[in-house]
Amino acid sequence: MNDRESSKLQEGKDFLSQICEAHGISGAEDELGDMVAWAFEPLVDEIRTDALRNVIMLRRGSADNGPSVMLAAHMDEIGLAVTKIEDEGFIRFTAVGGVDPRNLLAKEVLVLGRRTLPGIVGIKPPHLISPDERGKAIKREDMFIDVGLDADEVRKQVSVGDLIAFDRSAEDLAGDRITAKALDDRAGVAALYEAALRLQDLRHDADIYLVATVQEEVGLRGAMTSTYGIRPDMGIAVDVGLAEMPGVPEERSLKMGKGPGIGQGANIHPHLHEKLVSVAKQQRIPNQKEVIAHRSGTDAWAMQVTRSGVPTAVLSIPLRYMHTSVELVSWSDVRDTAALMAEFCGSVDREFVEGFYHENTG
Amino acid sequence: MKILARLSEADGVAGDEQQVRKLIREFAEPHSDDMRVDALGNLMVTRSGDPDLPAVMIAAHMDEVGLMISHIQKNGLLKFYKVGGIDDRVLPSSVVRIGEDKVAGVIGAKPVHAQKPSEWKKVIPYDKMFIDIGAQSEDEAQKKVKPGDYAAFATEFGEMGDGRLKGKAFDDRAGCAMLLEILSADHSVPLQAVFTVQEEIGLRGSQVAAWDLKPDLALVFEGTTCADIPESEEHGYSTTMGEGPAISIMDRTSVAHRGIVSQLVKLAEENDVPFQFRRSTAGGNDAGPIHLTREGIPTATVSTPCRYIHSPVSVLKESDFENGVRLIELFLQSIERGFRP
Repeated sequence: MNDRESSKLQEGKDFLSQICEAHGISGAEDELGDMVAWAFEPLVDEIRTDALRNVIMLRRGSADNGPSVMLAAHMDEIGLAVTKIEDEGFIRFTAVGGVDPRNLLAKEVLVLGRRTLPGIVGIKPPHLISPDERGKAIKREDMFIDVGLDADEVRKQVSVGDLIAFDRSAEDLAGDRITAKALDDRAGVAALYEAALRLQDLRHDADIYLVATVQEEVGLRGAMTSTYGIRPDMGIAVDVGLAEMPGVPEERSLKMGKGPGIGQGANIHPHLHEKLVSVAKQQRIPNQKEVIAHRSGTDAWAMQVTRSGVPTAVLSIPLRYMHTSVELVSWSDVRDTAALMAEFCGSVDREFVEGFYHENTG
Repeated sequence: MKILARLSEADGVAGDEQQVRKLIREFAEPHSDDMRVDALGNLMVTRSGDPDLPAVMIAAHMDEVGLMISHIQKNGLLKFYKVGGIDDRVLPSSVVRIGEDKVAGVIGAKPVHAQKPSEWKKVIPYDKMFIDIGAQSEDEAQKKVKPGDYAAFATEFGEMGDGRLKGKAFDDRAGCAMLLEILSADHSVPLQAVFTVQEEIGLRGSQVAAWDLKPDLALVFEGTTCADIPESEEHGYSTTMGEGPAISIMDRTSVAHRGIVSQLVKLAEENDVPFQFRRSTAGGNDAGPIHLTREGIPTATVSTPCRYIHSPVSVLKESDFENGVRLIELFLQSIERGFRP
């Protein structure tokens, strides 16, 4: 690896850490969107945001009649929201997106009020737990956040409905693995960024829309409006997929460090699947098959049925401990995903798009 | 509170206290006439003072609860034991630092996507959990960690709320910080300051230290249970944050010396130092072995209330800590003026 390559690698990784440490819970992605737009700015020709605050970035292709490709990664993350402020100042909360409450106890959070308040999801010390409480899971409704202020002060700073983010630094682990909150799907956003870097040196006919979508975690909402606005000829959702770990069946999980999962199933147009597999083979990009029998649970599910329909594909970055504050990915998987997207974009032309609409009997 | 910040961020799971000990030596050095480490690793700091006054042992434990690596699996994931009393429910989604090189690892849990909703109702037992350091194989993991390595929670010290501090291991780095404050204050009572080891796994260090030192009386400083939180009955609070240092009456391991307790209460009332009694008999501390040493030593405990102890992050109120230090200083001054238990 030469210096230029290694500095680029660091740049992408640093970008990933930065966006993971920033907060963008579903429905409140504005600041994060600004950060994303600022980073992509030198790499694209146009940037706009739509009414839901999707960040839509266009890199124009070199052909007059080139196809348009939408690459989407959602930038929103799961989190919590304030439901009640108790008279002692403790905050009760609900979840935004799918949160297993068992991951919350004795964890640090940031209450995003008028001022950002550090807080802790509290629990009784083991010394004072009665025998009948011991070993029982605590329901989310019975949990509380301690911000160390009395109720009057909390009420000045915090309102019901304010969002609460996990407080977690991104960290490098062994090998090329990274742990952080919100890697679902900031790892995808970082893959878009890496793909945009690669596209600087790659000729492509296609107009490429790099989209950081909003509100995926609460119902694929950003993908609906952004796809409608862009009217792409085809779309790829890059999201995270369940990676192998104890408790997750092998047949339902991806291997870490073996490249993106290329989805196959009803949500994925067969031509796009074939193309991605052949580009990966040609370019020797590691990849694995991901069988998606039904709903993909990604932005592609909404993209596919936009307007009169859009051929879509799904790329999955293997991720462990999804929807916790200690999600974990291999950086090589992010890079391989980016390489595959970039090479794919460089390989599609008008003819490929026309192929979607001719029954292939061969 | 710079001292508490550094003490909290140092790692010293029971049986592996050297990092904390090294740090305390550095802080205690300027206030010590003699400093030594015993066979178990207790750090004893002596301040000579007036030989005609009773020798007072002041003790706080250096060790904290944590984990120990038990096994490296073929897939590179680590199994672990608990060291000290940790509620399994605080472990999922914790970040830990392992061994001398402080290798980062996470305790990950199965994603919601691969669960049935009924699983949420079940507590995951610690022996079904594992630590992920990012290693992809047993070989790769072995280059970074080994069975027997200790793991401590990775938590940054910080401020929060109205004059509160958060960090790990306030039980009992808060006590260690109190002890260092008292060592640096000006009085002539001979002090035997002991920073003990292995409190969390059976009050081991204090037992041998007290035998060795033969103090005339002893005071133990703790960061103690404070459950003034929702879902907790008022009679189960143990202590209340912000109401001052907590004086123990009785716990699982000792009944506090009545003479010392009355004197502490009298001094607090006379000098308007807020205080409270520790209103729980659960838990035990170094006062247990100390008060039973040789023919018995008059012993009492003064604690800073700390919420969420034995978890990755605890909270205390600075004013409780400061009033605790003030109360002890008043007590030592009263010994100079002739108080004897």
